[in-house]
Amino acid sequence: MSELLKIEGLTKAYPGVVANDGVGFSVRPGEVHALLGENGAGKSTLVKMIYGLVKPDAGTMHFAGAPYAPTDPRAARATGVAMVFQHFSLFEALSVAENVALGMENPPPMRQLSSKIREISQAYGLPLDPARLVGDLSAGERQRVEIVRCLLQDPKLLIMDEPTSVLTPQEVDILFHTLRKLSSEGTAILYISHKLEEIRALCDGATILRGGKVVGSCNPREKTARELAEMMVGAELKVTDRAERSLGEVVLKVTGLSLPPMSQFGPALKDVGFELRAGEVMGIGGVAGNGQEELLATLSGEKPSAPGTVTLMGKDISSLGPNGRRAMGLLAAPEERLGHAAVPAMSLTENAILTGTMRKPLTKNGFVDQAAAKSFADEIIATFDVRTPGAHVAARALSGGNLQKYVIGREVLQNPAVLIVNQPTWGVDAAAAASIRQALLDLAAKGAAVIAISQDLDELMEIADNFAALNEGRLSAPRPTQGLTIEEIGLMLGGAHGMQEATA
Amino acid sequence: MITLVRRPTPSKLWTYATPIVAVIATMIAGGILFAVLGKHPVEAIRVIFWDPLFGANAGYFRGQLLVKAGPLILIAAGLAIGFRAGIWNIGAEGQYIMGALFSAWLALKIYPAESHWLFPTMIVLGALGGLLWALIPALLKVLFGTSEILVSLMLVYVAENLLAYMSFGPLKNPEGYGFPGSRNLQDYPSAYNAELFAGTGIHWGVVTALVAVIATYILMHRHITGFRIRVAGEAPRAARFAGVIPARLVIFCLGLGGAFAGLAGMFEVSGPAGQVTDSFNVGYGFTAIIVAFLGRLHPIGILLAGLLMALTYIGGDMAQLVLGLPSAAIQVFQGMLLFFLLAFDVLTNFRIRFGRAGA
Repeated sequence: MSELLKIEGLTKAYPGVVANDGVGFSVRPGEVHALLGENGAGKSTLVKMIYGLVKPDAGTMHFAGAPYAPTDPRAARATGVAMVFQHFSLFEALSVAENVALGMENPPPMRQLSSKIREISQAYGLPLDPARLVGDLSAGERQRVEIVRCLLQDPKLLIMDEPTSVLTPQEVDILFHTLRKLSSEGTAILYISHKLEEIRALCDGATILRGGKVVGSCNPREKTARELAEMMVGAELKVTDRAERSLGEVVLKVTGLSLPPMSQFGPALKDVGFELRAGEVMGIGGVAGNGQEELLATLSGEKPSAPGTVTLMGKDISSLGPNGRRAMGLLAAPEERLGHAAVPAMSLTENAILTGTMRKPLTKNGFVDQAAAKSFADEIIATFDVRTPGAHVAARALSGGNLQKYVIGREVLQNPAVLIVNQPTWGVDAAAAASIRQALLDLAAKGAAVIAISQDLDELMEIADNFAALNEGRLSAPRPTQGLTIEEIGLMLGGAHGMQEATA
Repeated sequence: MITLVRRPTPSKLWTYATPIVAVIATMIAGGILFAVLGKHPVEAIRVIFWDPLFGANAGYFRGQLLVKAGPLILIAAGLAIGFRAGIWNIGAEGQYIMGALFSAWLALKIYPAESHWLFPTMIVLGALGGLLWALIPALLKVLFGTSEILVSLMLVYVAENLLAYMSFGPLKNPEGYGFPGSRNLQDYPSAYNAELFAGTGIHWGVVTALVAVIATYILMHRHITGFRIRVAGEAPRAARFAGVIPARLVIFCLGLGGAFAGLAGMFEVSGPAGQVTDSFNVGYGFTAIIVAFLGRLHPIGILLAGLLMALTYIGGDMAQLVLGLPSAAIQVFQGMLLFFLLAFDVLTNFRIRFGRAGA
């Protein structure tokens, strides 16, 4: 028996789309196996079937030689399969130990559980205080709670869905250390990611999915990142064209900007300050939940700030709302596409009206000019290659990548002087992400100033002139991206949260 | 096992079909209810829906139809704007009473002086009364974050008590031989909201209701303000991103709904009702909520739904007289209409699938 998990011909169809089509691969005990693919390639559906969340239409699975068909996650856990999800299911108002206990069938007494948590977390280099409130933890620490919760079940196979998207580079190192230790003890790990360098550093084998089918398997250590990417996308990748830009006058100046938390466990912005020049792309990195949303809300005008804190082209705009700022040329694209940047149930035409009325002639004396709105929507769709049957389609019917192209396109085509985008390529496939980055670079080349807030450090290195890190609501001093090393960025991002006690 | 599958885009067909399906389902369920009460179901449905329009004496009832539909449509048109924005004014009944009290107070104060200015001033005061009453929940919500649902609803009972106090006290007819209630404004030409065309039931309130339907249609479907109101109801964060200031929206929607309800109260007290009595309000403010939803919160739909609800009122009265149905049975019947509408509404956004779950 050399294979721990063996999958053959697994198929799952949803109305209108075959998510998995005859997928087969196998994982040996102790192997770190990567599932590689773009968004929508079928990775999530596949692991949901392995974890018992989704029932396959056809195909078989074997676990440790025996037929395996979990009816629910409980059955999967009983067999020895554990999973750490991309989105955590933790209660912020409860302690670490209480959260762990909630996920157990028969939780032991709290004191016993706490010492067990401490024991496991130390054994695997994941320092964690069982008594702390989850609401006070960083994203990396929350992930440790989820991992420890899984390890308490002593799993034979651990599934990790995009685990590093919320971590600083130092935290990624800690995680990899833990995963390697687990693997050396014989635990197999199924690792889902689209970050190629990580996969090359960590994984022993890889299965590549595209359009729900297995299109290849390889030893990632023998391939370059570019080769892996092209296997994933199925085409040659375009390299973004970073034209020479000359930085002009300061257009946006932020000084002493503070904002109280918008939610109970949200961060406050503390004394944020920077200058942004015409033609500049400034990248703001940081782990989600460190004030990105707050920064966008206050710069876009949704949460106006104290007088004198935000100056656009010499004018104090601190008290202006979003439309006042739009009129002056400051536009924004928030992270959450559905419900914030766009109205899910409304058509693309109506979503063009949402932010377009200040800079495009979409209204006459306050009355909506439907024809003008539709032609603006059509222009966005054509210019940004948005795949949709037409402008009459509801926003929620578009895929994440297409809607993101639409949202970014809507702002770019309004010819902004300053554009602020939050997570511009989050959940977007590689080809669409490349075209969005190119659009931002083209905009800057025309003389606009761009702020890109992103968790994807590679992306920021690719497009930004200057880099600043947002950590617990504080913004570091911006530094030129040229010559900046990944270690330096990691330290700017605050290093590894909660590691002081471990390294001391 | 039945599962609901979300549709990618709302179904156009079901958007328009649900009110009709809901009416049919109400007739069936209502028929069963009437059968249990020992009445012939088909006859009961005929008395409610058919006789007022086409039976004997239909001429009288058709006039009554507009008299009843007018206030329902006017109030519902205002409420629908707030409902679209996710602002739930449940207290139109109270705002209706306050509109009536404000305008009747002026008329009774200057009685018996005749003036062309009286009626227009009463209209303004009626709107103002409803507006101010609705601003109480609006300001409490904006300043203290209270629920406008509870506050507006509770203010209905305050308004009802105020109405009773006025009709037994300050506004009581001094020549009324001790009977409760004010002078009858129908006997006061300057204040009387008379029928404009004999036998049709059309008075200024009905005209105002039609104007309100057209005006709210233009506001909600042609103007950027209506667009922003709809965005606020669909996605509050997107609305803030689009520049909507939530506090202003709350005040606008509640204020407008209150003003419309106040107008309806004013036209009623100066016309069909004639006087301020403790039984002046008959539930138009609550029924208008059903009308608003039955009409899909769309002005044209509200116009049709208002006529339908008015029909159930008149038909219900007839059923009480002719068949001896209890009035509670009629209210249950009207309630069923909203119940079925909301239930079938699920089909607009979801498909039903029979078969195993979760697969």
